[in-house]
Amino acid sequence: MSATVSPASTSTPSERAWALFKVLKDKELIPEGYIEQLTELMEHQWSPENGARVVAKAWVDPQFRELLLRDGTAACAQFGFTGPQGEYIVALEDLPQLKNVIVCSLCSCTNWPVLGLPPEWYKGFEFRARLVREGRTVLREMGTELPSDVVVKVWDTSAESRYLVLPLRPEGSEHMSEEELQKLVTKDVLIGVALPHVR
Amino acid sequence: MDGFHDLGGFQGFGKVPHVINTQDYKQVFKQEWEHLAYSLMFIGADQLKKFSVDEIRHAVERLDVRQHVGTQYYERYVIATATLLVETGVITQDELDQALGSPFKLANPPHDKGRPAITGRPPFEVGDRVVVRDEYVAGHVRMPAYVRGKEGIIRHRTSEKWPFPDAIGHGDLSAAHQPTYHVEFRVKDLWGDAADDGFVVVDLFESYLDKAVDAKTVAA
Repeated sequence: MSATVSPASTSTPSERAWALFKVLKDKELIPEGYIEQLTELMEHQWSPENGARVVAKAWVDPQFRELLLRDGTAACAQFGFTGPQGEYIVALEDLPQLKNVIVCSLCSCTNWPVLGLPPEWYKGFEFRARLVREGRTVLREMGTELPSDVVVKVWDTSAESRYLVLPLRPEGSEHMSEEELQKLVTKDVLIGVALPHVR
Repeated sequence: MDGFHDLGGFQGFGKVPHVINTQDYKQVFKQEWEHLAYSLMFIGADQLKKFSVDEIRHAVERLDVRQHVGTQYYERYVIATATLLVETGVITQDELDQALGSPFKLANPPHDKGRPAITGRPPFEVGDRVVVRDEYVAGHVRMPAYVRGKEGIIRHRTSEKWPFPDAIGHGDLSAAHQPTYHVEFRVKDLWGDAADDGFVVVDLFESYLDKAVDAKTVAA
């Protein structure tokens, strides 16, 4: 990195991030392996496949479903899905005439252990500004057209509750195994912008 | 604070840049530096214990609006972390400038010292009609402006309590712990006909709420 001082506008986001890293590294404030371990957790272990396992189990196991709706934190802990941003988990039950959708209008709060880190669009200005006000329109634009008798309920993650959507088990999935059902549950299904479908 | 970050209901944005079930989330970090945003943030918050996650949120809110609009998501958390590490004396602005080779622009200083929670009131119950207190706050607050002064119904009270964000967001470790409430609002009550009908549920700390006064009771 050059020691020459240039105008502020010439530095890039990457250079700024690595500059902060360098200052902390030089002061020996970064524990050995800390960044690598956390990055592994963020990139691989916090995944929507975790949420898919929770939803599929709730579809096939009425007792688990009851627990999930009563105490989402305890239900997800059965799978080991706990940790930062997963301390108070609330499952939102879709009904034939109710569609739940999650947003964080103020920043980017998400149920990390169960949904994975939020995708770029979820943290973007458009989704955060528009979903609370134009839920049905935003869903339609993204590819989910809801019947007019289905009410949209948007959950703004403005405090410490961390949500996941428990969608209706789709038609045609009656004979599918729990493992097959897991494949129907995508990250978007867990956020609530998409419905599970049997292809 | 009524900042740019408080986006709920803000008009003028185009379509969400996403088509359902496309898999681009599978590459969690798109650029080689993005993982640093959260890992350096956690070094400050978790390892060094110099600030809370609420202070990080407030530091993001304190980014100059022009800078906020022009930055990428993870960049804002790099700047917020750097800002708090300078403010808590772990590093200096000079060290950042030296490492970068040019001025490292940090967030603006806070406008306020925060405020304590309201304590000593009985908790609200599920089914209660509540009004979001009509307050304007210069510091950190987790009440989206679109529910200010609005009436809703409590659907859930959390079984856990957390430090009041308006206090802990300014580093006040004596912040009172409170439950939050899932308060359901009708979209039409928030934006009239200039919205899609439906409901919005906002997770609100106890101190943001008052019991709704029944109009009939007032008249009588």
